[in-house]
Amino acid sequence: MNSKNFFISAVLCALAGVTACAQTPGVLSVSEPSKLTVPRAGDVTGSLKLQLQPGYHVNSNAPNEEYLIPLRLTWDSAAVETVAVQYPKPVLEKSDFSDKPLSVFNGNFEVLTKFRRAAKASPGPGFLNGKLRYQACNDKMCLPPKTLEIRVPLLVE
Amino acid sequence: MRFRLLCALTVALLALSAGGCMSQNTRAEGRSSVKPASKRNPAPDFEAKDANGQSFHLTDYRGKVVLLNFWATWCGPCKVEIPWFIDFERNYKDRGFAVVGISLDDDGWEAVKPYLERRRMNYRVALGNMDIERLYGGGTGIESLPTSFIIDRDGRVADVHVGLISRNDYQNELEELLH
Repeated sequence: MNSKNFFISAVLCALAGVTACAQTPGVLSVSEPSKLTVPRAGDVTGSLKLQLQPGYHVNSNAPNEEYLIPLRLTWDSAAVETVAVQYPKPVLEKSDFSDKPLSVFNGNFEVLTKFRRAAKASPGPGFLNGKLRYQACNDKMCLPPKTLEIRVPLLVE
Repeated sequence: MRFRLLCALTVALLALSAGGCMSQNTRAEGRSSVKPASKRNPAPDFEAKDANGQSFHLTDYRGKVVLLNFWATWCGPCKVEIPWFIDFERNYKDRGFAVVGISLDDDGWEAVKPYLERRRMNYRVALGNMDIERLYGGGTGIESLPTSFIIDRDGRVADVHVGLISRNDYQNELEELLH
């Protein structure tokens, strides 16, 4: 590593250290969801892209310890029916605070939802509202469970 | 010259970063790091109800060393500390020591009481609320669990730990305050 690269790495490490120590109430962020066009017939899949701060994990939708709070995505709309929510494959991660590996999501991940037009839906634009509940930890501490409100622009054909 | 200056700045940043982290959860084992008595602030008083429905104030513990622990049943690192706190309560009780647990579970006693029984927790536990959280965590409340306050016999905060630390770190501090 040359001296310039060393310097850049050192600055990044220092900044990472400061970030890790900061009290971070929201470690999970959601990319702006793209517009969902719901056809007259058939299903459509919507994607929710999530980014978790390095060093943190959230429990998967099916944690392997009873006391852990699962990640859960729910939708509420009169225009569409939720056919299925598809969570990514969890990572089994060993943690300082657990004897057995925990079923978690970390880094960047994506939750897919299959929607179908509701029988009584009127054609036109609107919004689909969702809630993402999660609980995040790192190796040493946990943050209280949070619920993110999701709003997806919608066009019913 | 400019490069040397940048390196010096980097080292300073690294030192600041490491220092901040150490004060939170990675102190070297084997030595106590409680604040000098002259630099300790009073632990804010609060009233709470324990699992038996009995009301108490933190000031009821004046004259004792108190480990005030904010925790929740869904918190993995908190789970690691509980057996240590059970031991501390048992071993140091006669020397004027008590653990007080404040649970931040949204589901209240419904979640907490079975947990207390299952883990045979022998120390007093109460449910937290935003008033208590703000007293100890500022405007947004306690943001990370576990968070523990070590309170001396005069009701002053001798140390704060955010996140999981080692049993030895707790033990050394308690031994020093109980001396």
